[in-house]
This record gives sequence, structure tokens and C-alpha cells, in this order.
Amino acid sequence: MLKTFKIGGVHPPGSKLSAGRPIENLPLPLSVFIPLAQHIGSPAVPVVARGDVVKTGQLIARSNGFVSANIHSSVSGKVKKIDSMADSSGYPRQGIMIDVEGDEWMEDIDRSETLSREIDVDGQEIIDKIQKAGIVGLGGATFPTHVKLIPPKGMKVEILLINGVECEPYLTSDHRLMLEKADEILTGTRFLMKALKVKKAVVGIEKNKPDAVRLFAEKSKSYEGISIIELKVKYPQGGEKQLIKAVTGREVPSGALPVAVGAIVSNVGTAFAVYEAVRKNKPLIERVVTITGKGLANPSNFKVRIGTPTSAIIEAAGGLPEDTGKIISGGPMMGRAITHPEMPVTKGTSGIILMKKTESRRQEVIECIRCSRCVRACPMGLEPYFLMTASEKNLFDIVEKERIMDCIECGSCSYICPSKRPLLDYIRYGKAKVGQIIRTRKK
Amino acid sequence: MDKLFTVSPSPHIFSGDSTRKIMYRVAIALLPALLWAVFIFGLDTLRVTSIAVGACLGVEYIIQKYLMKQKPSISDGSALVTGILLAFNVPSGLPWWIIVIGAVTAIGIGKMSFGGLGCNIFNPALVGRVFLLISFPVQMNTWPSIAIDGVDSITSATPLSLIKEGLAKGMPVSEMLESMPPVSDLLLGYSGGSLGEMSALLLIIGGIYLMIRKVITWHIPVSVIATVILVSGVFWFSDPVEYINPVYHILTGGLMLGAIFMATDMVSSPMTPKGQIIYGVGIGIITICIRLFGAYPEGISFAILIMNAVTPILNMYCKPKRFGGR
Repeated sequence: MLKTFKIGGVHPPGSKLSAGRPIENLPLPLSVFIPLAQHIGSPAVPVVARGDVVKTGQLIARSNGFVSANIHSSVSGKVKKIDSMADSSGYPRQGIMIDVEGDEWMEDIDRSETLSREIDVDGQEIIDKIQKAGIVGLGGATFPTHVKLIPPKGMKVEILLINGVECEPYLTSDHRLMLEKADEILTGTRFLMKALKVKKAVVGIEKNKPDAVRLFAEKSKSYEGISIIELKVKYPQGGEKQLIKAVTGREVPSGALPVAVGAIVSNVGTAFAVYEAVRKNKPLIERVVTITGKGLANPSNFKVRIGTPTSAIIEAAGGLPEDTGKIISGGPMMGRAITHPEMPVTKGTSGIILMKKTESRRQEVIECIRCSRCVRACPMGLEPYFLMTASEKNLFDIVEKERIMDCIECGSCSYICPSKRPLLDYIRYGKAKVGQIIRTRKK
Repeated sequence: MDKLFTVSPSPHIFSGDSTRKIMYRVAIALLPALLWAVFIFGLDTLRVTSIAVGACLGVEYIIQKYLMKQKPSISDGSALVTGILLAFNVPSGLPWWIIVIGAVTAIGIGKMSFGGLGCNIFNPALVGRVFLLISFPVQMNTWPSIAIDGVDSITSATPLSLIKEGLAKGMPVSEMLESMPPVSDLLLGYSGGSLGEMSALLLIIGGIYLMIRKVITWHIPVSVIATVILVSGVFWFSDPVEYINPVYHILTGGLMLGAIFMATDMVSSPMTPKGQIIYGVGIGIITICIRLFGAYPEGISFAILIMNAVTPILNMYCKPKRFGGR
């Protein structure tokens, strides 16, 4: 019997259309727009000005504080302007626009593909290199990785979990990366283990990726302290708390960080970026992006430079289908619908999904029949139907008591509701309001 | 590429299931028992069922359109299910006008007066049924004789009401049971009773279908049936001469229909497994208490309605297990 998390969860169809497509390099775009806020924390501060000539991999914006991340140029060329553009949040965000000229890299970056498995760097140096390279969690949360590697005082990390679950439907970027860069991911994992001073790491992969499970089971034998675990397929197993529960059986207490139960979770993409940063001195300037959709000619996986407009990826995959109704940045369960196809790829963009018009519209909402499916589906053990109704009525003290802030916004409740009620929409509203109340209380 | 795209918050995909499909699945699950009723009671079954369903749909339509001034939503299947369940809970010979009164009470008072689909506290079909039971005791207790070639089971009253009458005259239960239809007849559906409560077996098959299709979970039916067996078992064990045995209890008096189809009505039953089990146990205990000590021979309709009233409290106190709970 394969392990999984205990409470809730749903089984949306996999729709992994691009799973069989190897990662290809996307041709360089004509220009890139690199946002200054691609991570959780304060936006980076530009260190270049209009007209500056930059090389690929050159620092263009410096991290602003501890919880922040450096940003590097993903291309070589001339800084056209520092301007704002709406990102996937819908709000205009500052960013650096660079016109691409050639592809000249910084000299200190090792661009060779040769595998190098030595772990001859000490822990502090690994953390410094990760921080310098601007690495953030590539699973979508984009939390600066170096912050995670320095646990709060008094907390002890016992186990590192590498997240190869990719439980979102459609997305295959982690899956492809695992198949093509297994040794690099495992070496990156060794670096992370060394930085965290832990003896044990577990790579979690769901059963629906048998090729990756086999490969990692074989490869991990030659990496000390790393084991792999095959997990039952269930959404949202890639959620940090759900993965920790599935692998270790421990439950992160309400409101606490994973380190409270001695665990740190990192995505396979992050482990790969760590390998490149430490071994190849390469900053985080490109990532694997899945481009997919039922109407798309060639669902694919591309290695994309940060800042590339979404439209360039869509073109490379066969062009925007006529009946496209919605463009999603990220997975279909937690991703955001974007307003315009010029929006740039950022560090957190795991995929672009084109939904047909017929799939894009929400269906008619009817009354709640109290079927309790949302309660059974909630992986946090909450009562979405109740949180929705109470939030709608502005009963914020009640929803706070009913633990609305525990909601991880996985969308399982809205997905499963037979009455098509916008449960998560109202829960988000309730969370935002309760968050405000908590902040004022602290002041 | 300058066209407008739909922008909405996540999730962007939804399960293919719908409230309508759930309601129609319940109707499908009731079909075997309905066909059996046609076999036993003949065309009267279709007369009662079509009047009940038609009246329920009609009452809901009229109330939505003319009283509540909203778009009628009778195609959602909920009034259809209420109609079938109402028909299942009445004798096959019931006059048409009583059925219509039942439908008006079920939909009008039981459902629409609370605000319609999802808002009712009580199971509408049971509101209708109990109203008729109290208002028209004679007609609601007139059971047609059934006679099928090759089967010599002929009865004009339900086993439970016969036993109740017998007990009032001082006859011992164990003796009376000897003249009652055997357990196999109850299971297959050769005894007297309301239209849909005849065959326990076919109702169980419908229940299993509902569980496979994930419309209901095991918690409510199993806890109701187990409690009935347990509580009636205690009495029977203490005095088999005075009390009916547990097997007879669960196979008669609409218990299966109630436990599988009426108590599991989503709107009026609790949300969490813990709440559902307490609810089921409550229904079981109250049913046996009414059957053994009350004025009515059958008790499950009243028991479900009483526990329906408790449901909001059960929802308030029986919370799911929180992740990372402290």
C-alpha cells in the first residue's frame, strides 16, 4: 500500500499531454521583461540603468533584505527601460526590459553540460552561492531558498524532502527534469543536505510517473543518505504540509512552519537550480516551462529564459488556438489566469495552459445541498461550505475560530462542488479580511 | 494576439459531477424498488408515482414562478426525488387528491417555505408523509391485498401494525410471528406495506449503487440499521415472547427505505462522519422506542424528522479532524 496524506484530497484527471516531450531550448526572444518581484519578500532593487549593456547572468537587481532574492539578466543586450507591467497577480509590477543582442554570457559561468558530483564545498559557502544566484522555490511558492536553509533558532532540521510530486494536472516540467537531469537533482539535493546539516533526504514521486520512480530508485543508490518514496496519486500531495504528512507521518501544527516537525521541503527544480548555482556558478536565469492545452498543436516542455513573453512560448508550441478562452500561468488548480499573452515568464512559472473557450467559463451556481463533498475533500480538515457562507456574511471572528487561515487555497473544494459554488473565492475574501484583523491586533 | 481572455481565480478545472446528476442517480437507485412495486401492485403504482411526481414538480414550479418570482429550477431533479419518495411512502390505493395534498405539504411547507433547494431543515417527502399519516389515518392505513400466482402470501395490513394490534389484545409476539410472512418474503418483497418499502433486497441494491457512485456514504444507513439491530436485540433477548426479533425489525416498516434513502437526504443530514453516526444512532433508538412503546406501529419517519431537527446542532459540534490540530 503506497503512502499518501490522510485527510481529504481529490483526483482530477491527469491531462499530462506533454509528458512524453523532452525539454527543448526555446529560441531567444527579441526582448525580455524581468520583474523585480518574482519571489515572496521585498522586491529587488535595480543596479542597472537605461542604456546599460548587460551580459547573460549579470546581476541586474540586488536583493533588498534577508527575505528577498537577487535577479540576473537572462539575456545579453541593452537595458531599454525600467517600467511596469501587469504580472500574473494582475497588478502592475516594476521590471527591467532588455532588448536582446546575441547571447554573451558572464565569463565565470560554466556552461558545459558535464556532470560533476563532488560535494567539496562547505555548508556556509553553499548557502552563500544559493543566495547569490537568486534561487527561490521553483514549485510555485517562490520563497527565497537561502532563508529556508537557515532555520530559526532552537529549531532542528532532521529530514529534507525533495518534492517530485507534481500533483497539478497538465504540468510536466518537473517530471521531464527528473527524467533528464536525475544526477544533477540528486547532487543538488546533497548540497542542500550539507547546507542544512541533515543526514537524510527523501525524494517523493507519485505513482503516475513510473519512469521517474524507477530512474530515481536506481540513481539514488549511489548518493549517500538519499532515498526515494513512491506515493499514491492524490491532489494536493505536492503541498508542503501534505507531502510531509505523506512521507513522515508528521503533521505541521496549525500556523507553524514545516521546520516545527523537523522537515524542510524543496522542489526538484530548486534542487537542480542549486546544483547549477554551486557547481556551475550559474544564477537562476532560466527554467523549464510546460506549455500545454487540449487545443494546442504541440504541447511541449521548454527551457525558457526568465522574462520571455508567454506569447513566444505559445508560438513555439504551434501558436495560439483560435478557440482559446483562458491562459493560465501555473497549474489548473492553483495557477492564475493572465490577462494578456505578453506577460513574462518568471522564476515561479511552472507552466502555461491554454484552456478552450468551452472549458473557460464557470458553470451556473446553484444552492448548496450540503452533500459534504467539500468537507471530505479539504486536505486541511476545514469546512469550506461553512467558511464560504460565513465569509459572505462578514462573520470574520467566526471564520477565524474555524481556522480559515489554515486554508492552503488548493482549490479542492471548488473543484469537487456539484453545485459549482465559488467556495475558494469567498474563502480567499475571508482570509484577506481575517489577515487584516490579525495584523491590526498585533499592532 | 490582442483578444480578450477570461480571467477568474483558481481552480480552473471542475469535476464533471453536478447536483442534477446526484439527484438523477438517487432516482435511478429507486428504480428497482419501483419496478417491483409495479409487479406487486400493478398499474396503481404508476398512478400514485406519476401523480406524486407531477404534483411535486408542479407545486415547485408554481411557487418559484408566482410566489418567489424566480426562475423555476424544477429540472434540478430534487422535486422528482421528493415525488418518488413520497409515492414510496404511501399505500398504493391512495386517492389522487390525498396524494396532491401530500405533495403540496412536502414541497410547499417542507421545502419552499424554508427557501427551496438546500434550505429545508426537514426531509420534504417525510413532511408530506407524516402530514398525511396524521390527517388521513384511515386512507393511509388501508393496504391493498396482494395476490401473486404461485405465492400464497396474502395480507391486508403491514406485519408491524398487525403485531401492534395483537399486542393490544394481549397476544404474545412469538405466536403472532408464526402467522406472519417469513423473513425471505420480507427480503424479497411479498408482504404488505407502502408502495416502495416492499423489498428490502432491492432497496439495499439501490443503496449499494448510491455508495458506489459516491452519492451517499455508509455512515448513516449502517449506523441506523446497526442501532436498530442492537436496541431491538436487547429487548428481544430479554423476552423473545413479548418482543419482535431484530431481523424482523430491520426488514419491515420501511426501515430500509428510511435508512438508505430518507435519512441520507443530504440537505437534512449532518456533514461529518461523526455527526452522521450520531444522527444514525439517534434515528435507530427513536425508531425502536416508537415501535415498542409509541402509538404508531412504525417509527422511522418520525425518528428521521426528529433527528433532522438535531442536524444543525450536530454540524456545529461534530467538526472534521483538523490538519495539524492542537
